[in-house]
Amino acid sequence: MLGLLADRLYMHPRLLLFVLLVPPFLWIGVLYLGSLFLFLSHAFFRIDDFTGQIQYRPTLQTLGAVLTTPANLDIVLRTLAMAVLTTLACMVLALPVAVYVSFHTQGLQRLIWLLLIVLPLWSSYLIRVYSGKLILAQEGILAWVAGRLGLEGVLASLLSTPLLGGPSLSSSYFGLLLVFTYIWLPYMILPVQNALDRVPKNLLQAASDLGATPWLAFRTVVLPLAVPGLAAGSIFTFSLTLGDYIIPTLLGPPGYFVGQMVYIQQGTAGDLPLAAAFSLVPVALVAVYLRLARKLGAFENL
Amino acid sequence: MQSRSASAPILREKSLEAVRLDKVGMRYGRVVALESISFSVQEGEFFSLLGPSGSGKTTTLRLIAGFDRPSSGKVYLFGQDATHVPPYRRAVNTVFQDYALFPHMNVRDNVAYPLLIRKVPRTERYRKAEEMLALVKLEGFGDRRISQLSGGQKQRVALARALILKPRVLLLDEPLGALDLKLRQEMQVELKRLQQLLGITFIYVTHDQGEALSMSDRVAVFSRGRIEQIAPPKELYYRPRTQFVAEFVGGANVLVVGGKRFALRPERIRVVKPSEGILGRVEAASFVGYGNQVEVRLGDGTLIRVLMAGDSVFTPGDEVGLAWDADALWPLEE
Repeated sequence: MLGLLADRLYMHPRLLLFVLLVPPFLWIGVLYLGSLFLFLSHAFFRIDDFTGQIQYRPTLQTLGAVLTTPANLDIVLRTLAMAVLTTLACMVLALPVAVYVSFHTQGLQRLIWLLLIVLPLWSSYLIRVYSGKLILAQEGILAWVAGRLGLEGVLASLLSTPLLGGPSLSSSYFGLLLVFTYIWLPYMILPVQNALDRVPKNLLQAASDLGATPWLAFRTVVLPLAVPGLAAGSIFTFSLTLGDYIIPTLLGPPGYFVGQMVYIQQGTAGDLPLAAAFSLVPVALVAVYLRLARKLGAFENL
Repeated sequence: MQSRSASAPILREKSLEAVRLDKVGMRYGRVVALESISFSVQEGEFFSLLGPSGSGKTTTLRLIAGFDRPSSGKVYLFGQDATHVPPYRRAVNTVFQDYALFPHMNVRDNVAYPLLIRKVPRTERYRKAEEMLALVKLEGFGDRRISQLSGGQKQRVALARALILKPRVLLLDEPLGALDLKLRQEMQVELKRLQQLLGITFIYVTHDQGEALSMSDRVAVFSRGRIEQIAPPKELYYRPRTQFVAEFVGGANVLVVGGKRFALRPERIRVVKPSEGILGRVEAASFVGYGNQVEVRLGDGTLIRVLMAGDSVFTPGDEVGLAWDADALWPLEE
């Protein structure tokens, strides 16, 4: 009976494909796209100011409110700036790690490195954010170590930088950036390392044989070949930062981020259309980012 | 038999030393890759490093290129100690076994890469790259991506890239290993032409003795991290120093006569009537294109390979006699 089924499926590969693909298609189609569509479509409705009920008449008024109200625009720009900075910081930190793991480790040593890179993902995200907060707090470990090393001056001048600074690391944009970078770093390292893994190791030897110093070899060979990985990683770090609402709630200065607005508007405020309009912002920004990356040739060497 | 003076014509007496290795040893942990080898290569010479895989020939090439530092001994380039000079400061370029072309650049940018590193302006860079592409017969291929090239074309691009700086020494690591037979033969002629045209020293790593013999001025035969013999091709073939060279380079038979070893070339053996020579029994006979190869087992168990011109009339089991001239036996060192 089972053999007969196997024969049938083997002879009809399309049938097999159909059987295999139906569950994931249902999942993606109904649960993922369906709920996303239902939610996002609310951005084109508005809430009645008196009754607090959603008026199901298409309008651009809610979207307009996000982009024209100075307070809302502020939130969008703040979130965008943080996402860009986090992505850049992740790139800078991920490259050396990825180059090292990809070019200089093998076997067990490589396994240990990969384990260390993903180890933070084993613990709860909330725990990690809180530990970040503990480290950065005014009375936290970092401030204590800085004090012991006589580096209070450095910390103070860091905290007194306009915009990024604040009363303490955990309540400043700088601290927020540190935690965002820490939380999303694995998502940058892994794609970059994966991209570099596919680079034949003798390309570096060829470069040095042809006269390139290690720095020039890095710039002309390693970096261009890491770009697809950097692009893939940055999609993670960029969109995850754009959408996150927990980290800016627990850390940093009082100003809101897009994710928090989505949370507040659909929850406490009960303004589902405005929440939907806010959640369209990351989608639009990621789309713009992808276009830009493609224009710069980030996906040419995939 | 060749005379002792069968030295390559390209070796002028006053020629300069391009590369010299002085008691160079290489260990990776407990593994000894090179024991303690010494040799020197003259400028303009076509010098081959021949040996089976794992014999140390590629290790030697990497030491000359500068990718590795020797565990002991010194590497001299043009008379100067270069043992601790990094590869990017050596006037030596390499053609890699799998070409090592940059996949994110087109053919022109690959060839022009060494000039980019030296900050040569773009127009000058591309003009020279086109010249090099013409030299390796790849005109008009500049805009192609590396992934669009065949193996033979990649080989030529790698060659053009390694030659654009006009290095005084070109290192080639089994450059033809990945090509099919016909292309390989074409490229052999091509490489020899380029070497003579440019007057560059070639140091050529190969495991193919035919390739080494047909192209080289001199060949160093490697076995287990040692050099067995360094000699011009004809001398290697006709006057092997050791059993390894006799068997690996010429496929010679090795006979023990009176406790001493002798090399006996397959084509110098005649098959005669059983009564007129040393008695043996045919084990196998096969057609090899340019003749027939017959394997004969002697009474003492030695297997002798005989190469015969023309048709073989033997079948396994036949009793035959083997004969050769006295000067066909070449004494080997123990």
